[in-house]
Amino acid sequence: MSDVEILFLIIAVVTLLAALFVVTTPNLVHAALWLILTLFGVAATFVLLNATFLAVVQVVVYIGAIAVLMIFAIMLTRRVMKDSGPQTNANWGWAALLGLTLFAGLTFVLINSGAADASLPALAADVDPLVQLGQELVSPNAYVIPFELASVLLLAAMIGAIAVAWKE
Amino acid sequence: MLPISYYVGLSAILFSIGALGVLIRRNAIIIFMSIELMLNAANLAFVAFARAHEALSGQVFVFFVMTVAAAEVAVGLALIVTIFRNKQSIDVDQMSSLKG
Repeated sequence: MSDVEILFLIIAVVTLLAALFVVTTPNLVHAALWLILTLFGVAATFVLLNATFLAVVQVVVYIGAIAVLMIFAIMLTRRVMKDSGPQTNANWGWAALLGLTLFAGLTFVLINSGAADASLPALAADVDPLVQLGQELVSPNAYVIPFELASVLLLAAMIGAIAVAWKE
Repeated sequence: MLPISYYVGLSAILFSIGALGVLIRRNAIIIFMSIELMLNAANLAFVAFARAHEALSGQVFVFFVMTVAAAEVAVGLALIVTIFRNKQSIDVDQMSSLKG
């Protein structure tokens, strides 16, 4: 096995184990910490795929904002941390079966589509993906309108979150 | 370089774990975390295919997915905090009434 393969396997195993613990641990705070580890694993995979900007955004937005927001929500709903009842709902057997079926279906589609067979092309040395990404985002004939809409969406979400959580 | 199927396989397993979490857990915050897992799995597939086809559109889409995820988490957690304030519980099995 090459170095990259070993690195990928380590990252993949850590990511998947952490994701499994997110889903199964009864303690909410532990689940949030495992979620952070999963997000780190995905960020590391982004680095392996040469998407360095997205890896940084993943760490800053997901771990820096979303995971911390989750932990705040857990602290604000404090009483549920002491909840000692069953953590899964009554139909968990059927749900697990459905999850497995979903995985089988996804694998089947991906294998049969042939899209996953392609090996990765070598990187072009003279283009900087970050420069290209930046130009795509602000170019009038590419993604400038979705980019501006995304900022409006974030503003609306911020106002909406304040309005929903406001206590009269 | 690794074949793309490695990354897509990782993405498929991660997505299934997220879906399993949404289906089996009762706690609304854990369900939120599972949704984040699924979004991350989709992002991973996007980046892998963008890398394989040498097209940047996939990475741009991941950027927008992250924006929408941030908005979704902000509003969703505000809703959860409000529900907790009203019902003293965030068990999704108990959120069965439309008003009050």
